[in-house]
Amino acid sequence: MSSKQMSVFRKRKITYIAAFAIILALYLFSSLITEFHISEGVRAFPDAVMWMAEKLIPDAKAFERFPKILEKLFETTLLSVAVTVIAAVCAFFFSLLGSKTTRLNGIINRLVRMIASFFRNVPDVVWAMLLMFSFGQNILTGFFALFFTTFGLLTRAFIETIDEVSSSSIEALNASGADFMQIVFQAIIPSSVTGLITWVLYMIETNIRSSTLIGILTATGIGYLFDMYYKRLEFGSASLVVLSIVVLVILIEMLSNMLRKVIQ
Amino acid sequence: MQNYTISGGSEAALSGVLNTSMMEHRRNGKIRIKSHSRSNIAIRILICGLIAVTVLAFVTFDYKDIDFAEAITATLHNIKTVFIQPRLERDTVTGVLYQLLVTFCLGIISTLFGAVLAFFCSLLCAKNIAFPVMANVIKSVVAIVRAVPTVLWVLIFAVSAGLGSVAAVIGLTFHSFAYLTKMYAEAIEEIDDGTIEALRANGADFWQIVFQAILPASLSSMVAWTFMRFEINFTNAVAMGAAAGAGGIGFNLFMAGSFYFDLHEMGFLTYVVVIAVIILETFSTKFKDKVK
Amino acid sequence: MIRSETWSKQEMEGAAMPILEFKNVSKLYNGSTKALSNVNFTVNQGEFISIIGPSGAGKSTLLRCINRLIDVSEGTVIFDGEDITAVKGKELRKVRIKTGMIFQHYNLVDRLSVVENVLHGTLGRKSTLSGMAGHYTEDEKKLAFEIIESLGLSEQAYKRCDALSGGQKQRVGIARAIMQSPKLILCDEPIASLDPKASKVIMDHLAEINRTKNITCIVNLHQVDVALKYSQRIIGVSGGEIVFDGSPDELTQETIHRIYQSSSSDLITDVSGGQYEQ
Repeated sequence: MSSKQMSVFRKRKITYIAAFAIILALYLFSSLITEFHISEGVRAFPDAVMWMAEKLIPDAKAFERFPKILEKLFETTLLSVAVTVIAAVCAFFFSLLGSKTTRLNGIINRLVRMIASFFRNVPDVVWAMLLMFSFGQNILTGFFALFFTTFGLLTRAFIETIDEVSSSSIEALNASGADFMQIVFQAIIPSSVTGLITWVLYMIETNIRSSTLIGILTATGIGYLFDMYYKRLEFGSASLVVLSIVVLVILIEMLSNMLRKVIQ
Repeated sequence: MQNYTISGGSEAALSGVLNTSMMEHRRNGKIRIKSHSRSNIAIRILICGLIAVTVLAFVTFDYKDIDFAEAITATLHNIKTVFIQPRLERDTVTGVLYQLLVTFCLGIISTLFGAVLAFFCSLLCAKNIAFPVMANVIKSVVAIVRAVPTVLWVLIFAVSAGLGSVAAVIGLTFHSFAYLTKMYAEAIEEIDDGTIEALRANGADFWQIVFQAILPASLSSMVAWTFMRFEINFTNAVAMGAAAGAGGIGFNLFMAGSFYFDLHEMGFLTYVVVIAVIILETFSTKFKDKVK
Repeated sequence: MIRSETWSKQEMEGAAMPILEFKNVSKLYNGSTKALSNVNFTVNQGEFISIIGPSGAGKSTLLRCINRLIDVSEGTVIFDGEDITAVKGKELRKVRIKTGMIFQHYNLVDRLSVVENVLHGTLGRKSTLSGMAGHYTEDEKKLAFEIIESLGLSEQAYKRCDALSGGQKQRVGIARAIMQSPKLILCDEPIASLDPKASKVIMDHLAEINRTKNITCIVNLHQVDVALKYSQRIIGVSGGEIVFDGSPDELTQETIHRIYQSSSSDLITDVSGGQYEQ
């Protein structure tokens, strides 16, 4: 083995050891700051699992409440779809302004990306609390809280999809004298539609999970139902809520996987 | 220019052999131009379905007789207070930054635990190296774990571990683990079968294959996913602080918003979080490029 | 309505009429990198011109300055009797309607059918709204089918473009350009991604369009033998400048080396036996 090869192996070894050391240091520092001790975690974990196996089982009372849970679950699904669809329509037109391929003004381009980044990064809990003041315990609180974050996320995702997919056909239609809106509808939408829909389906899935969180904060929807049973220590009913969310999310995941295959 | 408008068809028309049998007509007698592919039809049905569900949602929502104009005006006013007039009134800047650090560290710990567990688990469920039955079982379990919202994991663990960092870390780890297992397994499945086969033919054992073929080949995409998850975990840690009392800057946000009703303070905290996330995003993009 | 034999002959006789003129055209990228410097040439109605040169010589830039996909930094471009160097909006659209363009990577909308892609050639003449909706008249559709047939694509008319071979895709590209009823067709490396058989089909179609419809063709090529075989005139570009402009007979081995800035051993092309029938 030549000395050069040796040094490559040595370098790799040093990199691995350094990476490991940095990760270990990060962990130790973090556990110090957060007062998390692994021994505590390890000890708590089996207890928690035992507790879950014992208490987190739907009881007779839970099944009496099942129709109500289903109703809220249905409402949550509708909410997630509606938020995602409306946000997607807004995000699409917004992302046209932010895409490089449409060759609009560079300043507008940067501005749009900044606005999208802002909406994406303001936590949805902030929106939820802010809207609680004005909309109160209303489904619209959840709607708008989810809307802003979804809008920000989808704008970035759409910009990337459009940039990736359609630059060549945009050039061709530009060369044949088509105007901006014609190019949008005849080139950009047809070539990016599958990518856009994949993102929409993914966001619907995510929003069902997020709306649980928002629901806990704003006392609406399925999140509120869970929180209520949880605080009353009616774990049987709470577990049924969790189970139905799991079933719903998995169903939607399966459905969107199937759709993704069909629309390719 | 007039002459040119029609000149395109002159050749075929002049030769008189125009064969229009391939033209198909629609029910209304017009010439069809669209292709009848399965995916086009599926897309149209899907879009119509989504729109129908959206309309149904707005029709069936219980608005509770809310005064829309008033609510919107109030919202705009609050947005102005939060984002235009952020002000720190109860906390000190160092206090806030310390809480930000706590949130950051919650994100780090849960990402690390999640990543380590997910790495080993993904070896057991990547189709190209694991037994098919085991792979499917593990993938299903992971899908169920992933389907439970993070906040529910945190709250469930909080019952036995108490509200605080332990419940938050376990809850966040659970979801990260499930997410990363799926992503790592997909990264491993993308590795060229030939690489693994060659090592197997040379008599390498399982761990040699893992460290000589799988890890080097999929490291960069694994690192990318881990960083992506870290960003999500940071945001989640903020949310857990607010919704499940897990500590960190999220808890400050919750106190400012739901206890003191101090919008100015909420604005300040929000800006701190947004700036932190943007810095994180920039850093992780740079790091990901470097690993590639 | 249909252009008669005599009419096209009349136009042939007037072939000396210049359709395109470049006067001292230069193009700078980022204010410093010179892609074109002081380019001068005139194209007459009905000519078939090849532009040859190494990659990065400025061929693509030159072509895109004609339909203003790229803005000229200095100089004047005159097309069809009009100064188009700085036209904008509607005027620019008019120029682009009169020039069809064919690309190396076809630049079709892959998920749409062949007919739909061909009909994109009419967008420039349509109102914004009907173009957006993809609403075409029956006459336009018939014309599209005729063009598709003349290029031998009848079987593929309703197929999605991602189901076609490279050669078929390029024929769709040609059909889209013809659909515009252009005065000039610009071809940017039309056969660079095709095998020799498909390349011949494409070049034959271009030659036929040039001959029967009297549409001027300007083709960027990097295969010198193809340029020699098909074109009436060759322009050699190197380092953003025109280093040769003349008929294929005038193109010597030495000139080719000057264009490609290489010694003879680096080039595969051999023009000594270049007795191609036109």
